[in-house]
Amino acid sequence: MTDKSSNEGLLGWIDARFPLTKMWDEHLAKYYAPKNFNFWYFFGSLALLVLVLQIVTGIFLTMHYKPDGDLAFISVEHIMRDVDWGWLIRYLHSTGASAFFIVVYLHMFRGLMYGSYQKPRELIWLFGMFIFLALMAEAFMGYLLPWGQMSYWGAQVIISLFGAIPVVGDDITLWIRGDFVIADATLNRFFALHVIAVPLVLLMLVVMHIIALHEVGSNNPDGVEIKKHKDENGIPLDGIPFHPYYSVKDLVGVVVFLILFSVVVFFMPEMGGYFLEHANFIPANPFKTPEHIAPVWYFTPFYAILRAIPHKLSGVIAMFAAIAVLFVLPWLDRGKVHSVRYRSNAFRWLLIMLVISFVGLGYLGALPVSEIRTYFAQLFTIGYFGFFVGIWWISKNENTKPVPERVQ
Amino acid sequence: MKKGLIIVVGLLLPVLGWAAGGGATFPNDEIDVNWDDKASMQSGARTFVNYCMGCHAAAYSRYNRVGQDLGISDEQLLENLIFTTNKFGEQTKVGELMKINMNAEYAEAAFGIAPPDLSLIARSRGVDWLYNYMRGFYVDESRPFGMNNGVFANVGMPHALVELQGLQKARKEMRPDGQGGEHEVIVGFELVEPGSMSKSDFDKTVYDLVAFLDYLSEPYRQTRHNVGTGVIIFLFFFLILAYFLKKEFWKDIH
Repeated sequence: MTDKSSNEGLLGWIDARFPLTKMWDEHLAKYYAPKNFNFWYFFGSLALLVLVLQIVTGIFLTMHYKPDGDLAFISVEHIMRDVDWGWLIRYLHSTGASAFFIVVYLHMFRGLMYGSYQKPRELIWLFGMFIFLALMAEAFMGYLLPWGQMSYWGAQVIISLFGAIPVVGDDITLWIRGDFVIADATLNRFFALHVIAVPLVLLMLVVMHIIALHEVGSNNPDGVEIKKHKDENGIPLDGIPFHPYYSVKDLVGVVVFLILFSVVVFFMPEMGGYFLEHANFIPANPFKTPEHIAPVWYFTPFYAILRAIPHKLSGVIAMFAAIAVLFVLPWLDRGKVHSVRYRSNAFRWLLIMLVISFVGLGYLGALPVSEIRTYFAQLFTIGYFGFFVGIWWISKNENTKPVPERVQ
Repeated sequence: MKKGLIIVVGLLLPVLGWAAGGGATFPNDEIDVNWDDKASMQSGARTFVNYCMGCHAAAYSRYNRVGQDLGISDEQLLENLIFTTNKFGEQTKVGELMKINMNAEYAEAAFGIAPPDLSLIARSRGVDWLYNYMRGFYVDESRPFGMNNGVFANVGMPHALVELQGLQKARKEMRPDGQGGEHEVIVGFELVEPGSMSKSDFDKTVYDLVAFLDYLSEPYRQTRHNVGTGVIIFLFFFLILAYFLKKEFWKDIH
């Protein structure tokens, strides 16, 4: 690597006026990341890739989409049929939405496994949780825009949840919709929020997430601090510059991801009705409720928690609590050991229980209710919250293994 | 640890076995649409404009797009497939959307509900459903048009292809409904008045129609597959390069 801090040439001219080389070094060329990142560490950069993909495809979609109750559905079909490569842009965007959640859920699971939320990375986790929240809002509003039956009735169900709030509930739903039913006003404001407001918040949060990460430094599968052992130049002994080492490694991850992503986009964009629901190929009809309303798959775990509880307000509270509890995780976990590799078996069991519960809830949330399904949804709801209670309980005096001084 | 995991998974297995039971519809046949068989789709297009487009539009689609994709020239389109006119009585042009002249108010008065646009029907209902539905009309004097349907009970639509299929009666039997009781299900059809086609010819006609509707719901599907194949082949080559690039950079990291 050559010394770029010279004052010569164009770069020197820029560097005297803007910290270009400084930023490049701080965040890429001289950002030292642990050398032992594994498979689970691909999903951060992939989330960034999908974010860019969604923004770029979204810009092109808005060039032909019409946020109008009478035209929205037709304009989407116009994009699919009459606009050159419109079908590709639309499928990239619709598949990208699901891919975003897959990547983010795996990214969050990585954080749980290796204790990436623990001190000193609480703020990174918090910013991440706000990103997750903004992402859910973004996806929810975006799903209304095609103005199909499932767009309409899915939004109807979710907005009506706010009606369960005592006293002001009805006024809040009215305020959200801007009309007595979901109508043109709702579609227009969701469009505004989906293409401008929430993406701005998302981008800002992502920048803060990364700045906080680069301030503290990355965690790793061993959960040890690489900054504890530095060489004479102050470079962590177990650290390697993000660029070029992780930029070329992430490139491999990106290509593998793009292959899987392309299989869906080009060969199964509906994903059996999970990424694009069949009923969404029927234009929204306020007078005809579909037989079975299911939210898109990435909301089904939380929807299943809502339905598992027989009392509406309690169900709504439980559903929001399921998201809220993630925010306080850094303070629920009182353990000092980060990585699952050196934590107790109790922690491992809790993590397995969380994964089974979350996947089980997601599966049940997509199906119509029945007695036995409600029973299992209740079981999984207990399992989901049980993780957070359990981790608080076990982490006080956890039977951990000795943690190595340096990465293995 | 592993043993415990097996037990947990075993306990949860019943959850996976909850595939929804088959509904009480008849017939229940399955088809595969052959996207390379343009002749079949052309025949379906002919049936569609002759028998369906009296009431149903396909207003997201354009005539000449159908023509280009299925190998029908503009002249052939005008001669054989375009029967609608504008308000001056001039024949619809090839570049126009496949709209119909029946207005929604009249349609609602006639059928109780306006016939839906069929551009996307194969994506919302699926090809199997359509294939069974179009072959599932049977005589039922209690209905306004004297016909009912084994797939879509009490449907408002009359049997548009009755002159081709003829009239059939449903053979019904009592079957347990899985909750201790019994309910009547259709187990077969008997032709009571033959139409202009044999059963196998009629089935083929419906198959062609459904193939056309499947095409109509996503006209670019073959392009999608072709482009996708190229993209994925490119990505595999790129993966090899990316992999060796990574390996080269990382060879001194231990």
